[in-house]
Amino acid sequence: MESVWKGIQEAVRLLLTGDPEVLRITLLTLKVSGTATLISLVMGIPLGAFLALGRFPGRRFLMSLVNTGMGMPPVVAGLWVTLFMWRNGPLGFFHLMYTPAAMIIAQSVIAAPIITGISAAAFQQVNGRLRLQILALGASKLQTGLLLLREVRLPLMAAVMAGFGGVISEVGASTMVGGNVLGRTRVLTTATVMEVSKGNYDIAIALSVILMVLAYGVTLTLTILQQRGNRT
Amino acid sequence: MFTKNRLWVIMLIVLMVMLSASGCTRANQEVILATTTSTTDSGLLDVLKPEFDKQTGYDLTIVSVGSGAAIAMGEKGEADALLVHSPKDEQRIEDAGVAVSRQIVMHNDFVLVGPADDPAGIKDKPVAEAFKAIAEKQALFLSRGDESGTHKKELGIWEKAGITPAGEWYQETGTGMGATLNVAAEKKGYTLTDRATYLALQENMDLQILLEGDQELLNIYHVMQVNPEKFAKVNAKGGKAFVDFMVAPETQEIIKTFGADKYGQPLFFPDAGKEE
Repeated sequence: MESVWKGIQEAVRLLLTGDPEVLRITLLTLKVSGTATLISLVMGIPLGAFLALGRFPGRRFLMSLVNTGMGMPPVVAGLWVTLFMWRNGPLGFFHLMYTPAAMIIAQSVIAAPIITGISAAAFQQVNGRLRLQILALGASKLQTGLLLLREVRLPLMAAVMAGFGGVISEVGASTMVGGNVLGRTRVLTTATVMEVSKGNYDIAIALSVILMVLAYGVTLTLTILQQRGNRT
Repeated sequence: MFTKNRLWVIMLIVLMVMLSASGCTRANQEVILATTTSTTDSGLLDVLKPEFDKQTGYDLTIVSVGSGAAIAMGEKGEADALLVHSPKDEQRIEDAGVAVSRQIVMHNDFVLVGPADDPAGIKDKPVAEAFKAIAEKQALFLSRGDESGTHKKELGIWEKAGITPAGEWYQETGTGMGATLNVAAEKKGYTLTDRATYLALQENMDLQILLEGDQELLNIYHVMQVNPEKFAKVNAKGGKAFVDFMVAPETQEIIKTFGADKYGQPLFFPDAGKEE
């Protein structure tokens, strides 16, 4: 227990003194996971709406794929992104391996199915008659979509939180495609693993505390936004 | 529907190009070093990377895996330079034309560590005898199990002892040296480790050096370039720059003193230019 106490003290010290290395790692964590969540939103919400509201052959099959993808193990995403990204892979000419961009792509692969799946479920919950009514009132397809989006904003915020929570906590994909390079691709989770294997438990505990605080802070902000949406 | 699909493809391409905007500029500047966990877990490369970057203007990307995985990266042309300690495998890829300008950098030694009460009574035995004793007593032994240089060394000793290790007492962690030492300390088992990683971690754990100094336990690190003639995408100049850097007198001086202030003894002994 002594090392836990030491770790918490270390965390407070690192946070208060604004240790530049820790600050950089923390900001990169936010940047990578935030961007990946945004990309997943841009792809996931329209796709979710399409899967929920569209009528076409193979829809159920696609839904089952997305629902399976919601449980995508990060290391699987990491491995496949690696195979595509490294020098001799099909996308090797972009030189993305061991960059934050590669981590964003891998994390998007993890978060996109989560957000798509929850969005699809949310859109399916909307009463079908509402959609008919909106259409009957002469709304265009785009207008209909926007109105429905308003209807499902609460579960959509839950989708954002689930997606963000999924990627900020993963370590397998980030290690594989990012390489945990100091000052470039080291994020809170990969740094924690490294410090544990170096035997620096106090720093590892400090990093984990920072990660939890960060995850809580972001989720709290999103929850407040969500609940405000609930009142009006 | 077709045009919609096309729109998605175009958006994805735009996204990729935007993401890689930063990547392309560094294509020639980046040197990828695939290396063993001991060089990073001990902190040596944290000291050497800024020096290398400053001296050469390159940007060193350190990928820290076991020697086996590092050599595999070299064999795929996914690294520019290797810093590893698995002499037999190194010889193999050198013969295959994968690695060139291979040079000795430094050495330290492997030590056999375990719980202080030494249940198998191996203290100061010859190393093969000690392994035999562990197997006979069925005392817990933690193996890296990851094709790393240390794992290869360990397997070589078992072979020499004429034992095929298997059973409840022989467990593979499949992780790096630091993690494996942690497991050994926690479960009170024996394990073979390089001295550098052990020294870096010892203050947090209850493991003693029980056997050291056997000729068999020498741990030699070599640096080499991945052959640019074999892999078109390898950074030839960058790889060479790293090899030159590792054997340069200034770097060797850093290696010689690294860790001495913290652990009371150096972790590595520089060897550049020496006969093997």
